[in-house]
Formats: sequence, structure tokens, C-alpha cells
Amino acid sequence: MAQSFKFELVSPERLLVSEEVVQVVIPGTEGEMTVMANHAPTMTGIKPGVITVSSAADKQDRYVVFGGFADILPEGCTLLAESAVHVDDIDREDLARRIQEAREDVDDAKDDVTRTKAEEFLSQLTTLEGAILPA
Amino acid sequence: MASLKDLRNRIASVKATQKITKAMQMVAAAKLRRAQEAAEAARPYAQRMGTVLANVASTVSGSDAPPLMTGTGKDDTHLLVVATAERGLCGGFNSQIARHARDHVRKLLSEGKTVKILCVGKKGYDILRREYGQHIIDRVDLREVKRIGFANADEIAKKIIGLFENGQFDVCTLFYSEFKSVISQIPTALQVIPAQAPADGAVENQDSDAAYEYEPDAASILADLIPRNISVQVFRALLENAAGEMGAKMTAMDNATRNAGEMIDKLSITYNRQRQAQITKELIEIISGAEAL
Repeated sequence: MAQSFKFELVSPERLLVSEEVVQVVIPGTEGEMTVMANHAPTMTGIKPGVITVSSAADKQDRYVVFGGFADILPEGCTLLAESAVHVDDIDREDLARRIQEAREDVDDAKDDVTRTKAEEFLSQLTTLEGAILPA
Repeated sequence: MASLKDLRNRIASVKATQKITKAMQMVAAAKLRRAQEAAEAARPYAQRMGTVLANVASTVSGSDAPPLMTGTGKDDTHLLVVATAERGLCGGFNSQIARHARDHVRKLLSEGKTVKILCVGKKGYDILRREYGQHIIDRVDLREVKRIGFANADEIAKKIIGLFENGQFDVCTLFYSEFKSVISQIPTALQVIPAQAPADGAVENQDSDAAYEYEPDAASILADLIPRNISVQVFRALLENAAGEMGAKMTAMDNATRNAGEMIDKLSITYNRQRQAQITKELIEIISGAEAL
């Protein structure tokens, strides 16, 4: 049995998860990463995506997050999400609205830097949509 | 002297008023519980945000720090974000915040600084408009919002940051009411830009987290973190305000109900006294009429 560690998922509105888990897969800005116990202290940004939480009882939970930060310490991991929902509770309309907004941001972008950023965000969102919504 | 009929009408109207205030008090009590729960649920995020920010801030040296943290180096133009409730009938709640902001404006103006005001909530706007109407640059209306979400706070924060990036102001202070308890709300001023690094937390964490890895680098995380922290602070202020408003409304309505009760008692006594006086008068008239025969 793998060692467990404390994982917390907090959104501004509430604390979603606070429990002992074995591993967590986080969509970091620099690529996906799996966090297990005794991970080196790391601070990473998060892109919109799905986090997979595997708790001790071989149970998997998936949450959709829209950006945020993860603070990883050997004894625990705290994920500060801008907005987070359980994958079962995801609202298609809400996601569609976010994508729509991201599209508008791309159109409104005045210079290349903001345009690139907006396009990146849009592609992350559409990937996310493809990943969680069966076609 | 009011006639019996007038008194009866007044008693009836005060009774109706009492019923309304009583109902409002109960509604406020129910809403207060929900607002308090929301404020409590938001606390973990704000707390962890504080620790994370302290951690990162301690590793980024002065010159790398983003301008939101260091400020513009001047303090000529001040932006005051005054957050109040959308509705009245909650005692001195709104005027307390407004007065606190007004004192601040007066002080800044006497020091020869430029003052800009951003009003969140209708009541604060109404109060401040009279005296400092020309300083108000914008107002945010949350009247349609049933339940304050992070998105609302984020919008306000984006507005503030946008103004800052355009060089519209140097220092931003947030005015709201801190929710201490149902009967006590303290108007508070909180400086958001330049951000005040949580000094004590940073010192505590410095040695234990020396070997932190950052993805991407610490400076860009910090640059992302600070605007978010502003949103969090605005969000917290809005939630505290919501809880405080309901607390103040509950107390105010409780007082109103009690006052109405006292008034009903007084009016009833006057009413009964007059009724008896009238009966006595009629009796005297009958008796003296009988004697005269």
C-alpha cells in the first residue's frame, strides 16, 4: 500500500476536498504531474483541466478546475483553484459560456502577447471540454 | 385630543408595522445564517492564499516584484473602494462605512492628494454622492445578485487592476465592514495596492521552505498570484459586508419591533383611559339628568 498524504482542494467559495489520498494528478501549466507522498516542495500554476484524486480505498474522484495554484509539500498538497467542481456536477452551459468568453477574448486581444495568452486559454478549455464530455 | 376612532386606527397601523418589522427581522436572521456560512466557507481559501503568498513573496527580491506589490512609488492619487449594502433599513450600517470613508477622504484632500472613489453598493453611493460626487469615478451595482459569488468579486478586482495599469491611481484602499458579531460590525479600511506583504507569515516560513521548486518561476507565479489575492480580499470584504448587513438589519428590526410594542402599550393606555372617561361622562350626564327631574 502506497503511503498517503493530505490533499486539500479549495475554491474561493468553499473547501471541496480535505482528505488523505495516495496520489493526485494535477494539470500543471508546465505539463501534467502526479503528486505522491514525499514529493519535493513545489509550487506550480494550474491550467484548466481535470484533476484525478486517488484516495486510499482505491477510489478515484475527478474534479474539473479552471486555473489556480498548487502548493506541494512532502507531507501534503494544497490546491487553490479559481473555480472547481466535481466532474459529475459540471454544467455544460457554464463550460460553453466560458469557451464563448475565451473566444471573445481572443477577438478582443489588442497585441500579440495577450492574443497568444487568450488563444492558449481557449485551446485548454476546448481540450477540457473534449476530455470530460463524451461526444 | 385624538378621538377614540383615531386612536383605534393608530393602534391598528402600529400593529401592522410591528408585524412587518418582525417578519423582516426573521428574514434577516435566516439570511444572516447563510451569509455567515458563506463567509466561513471562504475562509480556508483566503488563509491558504495568505500562506502561499507569504512563501512566494519572501523568495522574490524587491526589484523583481510586480508593481501591484511595490506600488508606483508615489502616493498622489488614492482610489477608495467603498463597499456598502444595496439596501437600507439596517441601522447605522451603511452610514458607518460611509462616514469612515468620508473621514479618510477629508484627510487625503487636506493633504493635497487626489481622491477617486469607486462605490460598490447603492447605499454608499447615495451617501457619498452628496458631498464627493465629483470624485466618484465608477460604481458597481450588486442589486441583482442574489448570492455573492467569487465572479462578482473578481470583476471588481479586474476593474481595480485595470485602473491601476492605466496609471489612474497609486494607492488603493478598500472600505468595508468587518463582521465581529451580530451586534458589532466594525468599519475597516484595508490597503490593497500596493499589497502589504503578510510580514509575520513570511518570516515563519522562510527557513523551512528554502528549497521550493517553482513551475514556472517564482516571479511569474507571484505576478499571477497577486491579482488573485486582490480578488480574494474583495470577495472577503463583500462576504463580511453581507453578513454584517444582515446582522445590523436583524438588530435594527428587533429594536423597531420593540419600539412598536412600547408604542402600542402607550396608545392602548390612552385609548382605555379615554374610553373610561367617556363612559364616566355619559353616566354623569344620565345621573344629573335624573336628578334634575
